[in-house]
Amino acid sequence: MSTDHVNEAVNTVYLSESRRVLATLIRLLGDFDVAEEALHDAFRAALEQWPKEGVPANPRAWLVSAGRFKAIDGLRRRKRFDALDEAGSKADVAIVDTAAWADPESVEDDRLRLIFTCCHPALAADAQVALTLREVCGLTTEEIARAFLTPAPTLAQRIVRAKAKIRSARIPYQVPARHELPARLEAVLRVIYLVFNEGYAASSGESLLRLDLSAEAIRLGRLLVELLPEPEAHGLLALMLLHESRRAARTSASGELILLDDQDRSRWDRAQIREGERLVEHALSSGRAGPYTIQAAIAAVHAQAANPAATDWAEIVGLYDALLRADDSPVIELNRAVAVAMRDGPAAGLALVDAILDRGDLSEYRLAHAARAELCRRLGRTAQARASFERALALTRQEPERRFLERRLGELAGA
Amino acid sequence: MKYLCLVYLEPEKLRAVPDHECLACGDRFRDSGLLVAAEALQPVSTAATVRVRNGELSVTDGPFAETKEQLAGFYLIEARDLNDAIHAASKIPPAREGSIEVRPIRELDRP
Repeated sequence: MSTDHVNEAVNTVYLSESRRVLATLIRLLGDFDVAEEALHDAFRAALEQWPKEGVPANPRAWLVSAGRFKAIDGLRRRKRFDALDEAGSKADVAIVDTAAWADPESVEDDRLRLIFTCCHPALAADAQVALTLREVCGLTTEEIARAFLTPAPTLAQRIVRAKAKIRSARIPYQVPARHELPARLEAVLRVIYLVFNEGYAASSGESLLRLDLSAEAIRLGRLLVELLPEPEAHGLLALMLLHESRRAARTSASGELILLDDQDRSRWDRAQIREGERLVEHALSSGRAGPYTIQAAIAAVHAQAANPAATDWAEIVGLYDALLRADDSPVIELNRAVAVAMRDGPAAGLALVDAILDRGDLSEYRLAHAARAELCRRLGRTAQARASFERALALTRQEPERRFLERRLGELAGA
Repeated sequence: MKYLCLVYLEPEKLRAVPDHECLACGDRFRDSGLLVAAEALQPVSTAATVRVRNGELSVTDGPFAETKEQLAGFYLIEARDLNDAIHAASKIPPAREGSIEVRPIRELDRP
């Protein structure tokens, strides 16, 4: 085989296997940094040996074995030099345990172990996100930093601290036991949804250099469904797909936000909608539908309506009632109020929105004021609508949203 | 990505890091394919600073910077990302006496 072909083969294997190999090496070596070095060494060995010996039948097993060997070798040699390599002694112990590494079931679970460790509740939320994107998705620190508009050294430090925390707090590298699973899964789902929303909010594009985080989150969601087919994992993937299906329709050519009612529904991605609907049905049929599944069901009802007037608002209000039972939050209450306004008229919705705002729960939440403004506008209460649009405008930090609110405010003045 | 790891050290601490440790570190970086280049530098007192202004060459002693830590050497490495580069930098022996500044290399724009 020519060197070019082998280089190409190694690259392909890197893209498809490097995260699995890393996940297994972390278990075998007991340390993220030692495992990442071993992964690097394994791929270097592949570049040297595969041209001579051919690409092995099972590249993943070859790489795990090479990485493991390199790590043992390296640790033995460097022990003479650095006493500060604390990971060394721990990794040495792990290496002796040779029986564990080849067990196919353990290997299959390694990626799940990696996901749960990166999303461990002992880590700060932003560290969970950074670590998941780097270790599970294989993004570089610089790519993640650009995607979150964060300086690379800040993000690098987050990752360094998270790894130190995993070490010092002895966070175990394992899939949580059954009784812990619901809470721990929730943390994983939250990280994935956070990544998705960051990408979704950015999709109206201040900067084309920003990586497509929504696509990355959907990839993660698919991986989770494959590894751990829990109903809420299906629900989250459905929710992301159903939102993503509207991507092309939710902004104008000039980057302006377009509300659901005004979107050209022929531009919605039917394949994503169909897949989302199938996943929702599957999750609902489990009888254990959680907040993500119910939100996905709501998105599916919207997707099924040929036009805004055809939307089954009674169904949506019913789903919001179920969602409130699963997750009693004022934001969901607000969304329910908007659905009630669509079902029973703006006055009914406004009474509910005002009740929420009067409690003070969402007084700093821009979308609560924007919703109130829309309902007042529909009721012809222009002065109140203007005041609420202005309040929403003062609270928003996103450029497309700001332009959208200014436009609505302008239309109000002209009315 | 290439990163330049600049080693800063107070002159009196130079002896605290034996040469053989730094050589071993370079060897390790070379073995794992990280190393592009690495050198240690003579003390700042040997430096000459060159400027050209209006076509005139001027040479001065030093930089004799105010800071106590001085540039003592560098490792130019090839790493996957900033965190890998930071991990490598943490293995450079003077990290425990002075500090290592990790700077990503900027590719010059070609016309």
